[in-house]
Amino acid sequence: MNTIWALTGVVIKELYRRKDFYVLFVLTALITIAAGSVRFFQDPNIVRYVKDLCMLLIWISALLITIATAARQIPAERESRTIFPLLAKPVTRGQVILGKFFGCWLASGLVLVVFYTFFAIVTGSREQYWPVADYFQALMLQWIMLGIVTAMTLLGSIIFAAPSSTVTILFIVVAGILFLGGHLNTVALHNAEPLRSLIYTIYFIIPHLELFDVRERVVNDWGLVSWLDCGLAALYAVAYTGLFLLLTWLAFRRKSLT
Amino acid sequence: MDAILQTENLCVEYRARGLRREIKPALKGLNLSIHAGEVFGFLGPNGAGKTTTINVLLGFIPPTRGTAYLFGIDVRQPIARQRIGYLPEMTYYYKFLTAEELLRFYARVFGLPRLEADKRIDELLKLVELESARKRLIKTYSKGMQQRVGIAQALINDPDLLILDEPTSGLDPLGRMKVREIIQRLKEEGKTVFFSSHELGEVETVCDRVAIINRGELKAVGGVAEVIGPNHTNLEKAFLDIIGYQSQSAS
Repeated sequence: MNTIWALTGVVIKELYRRKDFYVLFVLTALITIAAGSVRFFQDPNIVRYVKDLCMLLIWISALLITIATAARQIPAERESRTIFPLLAKPVTRGQVILGKFFGCWLASGLVLVVFYTFFAIVTGSREQYWPVADYFQALMLQWIMLGIVTAMTLLGSIIFAAPSSTVTILFIVVAGILFLGGHLNTVALHNAEPLRSLIYTIYFIIPHLELFDVRERVVNDWGLVSWLDCGLAALYAVAYTGLFLLLTWLAFRRKSLT
Repeated sequence: MDAILQTENLCVEYRARGLRREIKPALKGLNLSIHAGEVFGFLGPNGAGKTTTINVLLGFIPPTRGTAYLFGIDVRQPIARQRIGYLPEMTYYYKFLTAEELLRFYARVFGLPRLEADKRIDELLKLVELESARKRLIKTYSKGMQQRVGIAQALINDPDLLILDEPTSGLDPLGRMKVREIIQRLKEEGKTVFFSSHELGEVETVCDRVAIINRGELKAVGGVAEVIGPNHTNLEKAFLDIIGYQSQSAS
């Protein structure tokens, strides 16, 4: 485990020494503060729109940071050839993948903590109301979902030629799943065979990331999701994350380093 | 005496890209045996197979045929690399880390306890004369300083065998001298050093034994004096003769 944690630490150091996170955080903060300071149509419930906007920005920013960080990990190691002194130590390729995974996932967790703290301060200062448990649950579910996204991105980074292609493809795939994934079964019903079977197959294969999205509940104060359901969602995420990490290892195991 | 580094009939073949996918042999049945405490120079012209041999020894590429062992363990097992240090030809390190952070990272990879790692890091930064720059990011270092960080990371686990791939390549005379001094010091400490180099004068100075390969084949191996033989005045002349080089003026 020493090796995996050592690699994890390097990924986190890299994140806070790069500017991506700061740029996205400042952007999110500015948009939220600007939106929150305007009184639209003298609506006293404006805080709900601010919450909605802020949550959307948190989701987009966290996805961008997670995908961009995970996509460059292994290609950057190969391109800058830092993988050579690393693998010249008693380190396996499997440990490299796990170290990179935990590093990116923990980094995305830290990013979420910063974003949600900001979110809680902005909305709490307007509402004088602090539903900490709701925010904590939303953060946890989003973080668990980002575990699947991180593992998917690491797999993509081994398959696709350049980190930029990985980022673009993964962002489209993840956005597609979030917006359409839950509706594919309905779409399948309105199509004839063999398209219906194909859409159903996709529906059952893809990880349903939208299950982890409780933004609407937070914005409308609908209360907490049962913790049992959260636990089941976490198990679902562990299964998909494990599968994607296994596929990443299989692809990276025989990959030429040069 | 048991060999610390051994290759037996080591063959590596690359498949060329393109439609015909021709097979290109990079190593043709290499047999080497290096014993404890030796400083062993591995020589050959560009493309001779030196880096391929090192890549096999470090487990970066699998051999097509034959086997290689470090401390009697097949190089395909990661544990074979527990007692070695490797210095690559170029400086391939995380440039967003400081020298101290980089060494701490590698110390953790080797599972060194915190106190031992601290002591080791201090010693190594002193050895490579980077104490004053230990908190600076590696990306701000000169090439010579980066190469010295490389030496420090190669020594973090106090290895019994050091594999150095052209350690003085691209360094100025002062940098070369410092690297040479460090190799000499390691030799005095009884470490085994395996290094590839194009600097034949340097090899002649520090090595106990040398091997010369050309086009993947071992052409000569033995003590420096033995390889130079009675017919040559220095290692460079012997090297050129062994690889079959004939100068235009001679022909």
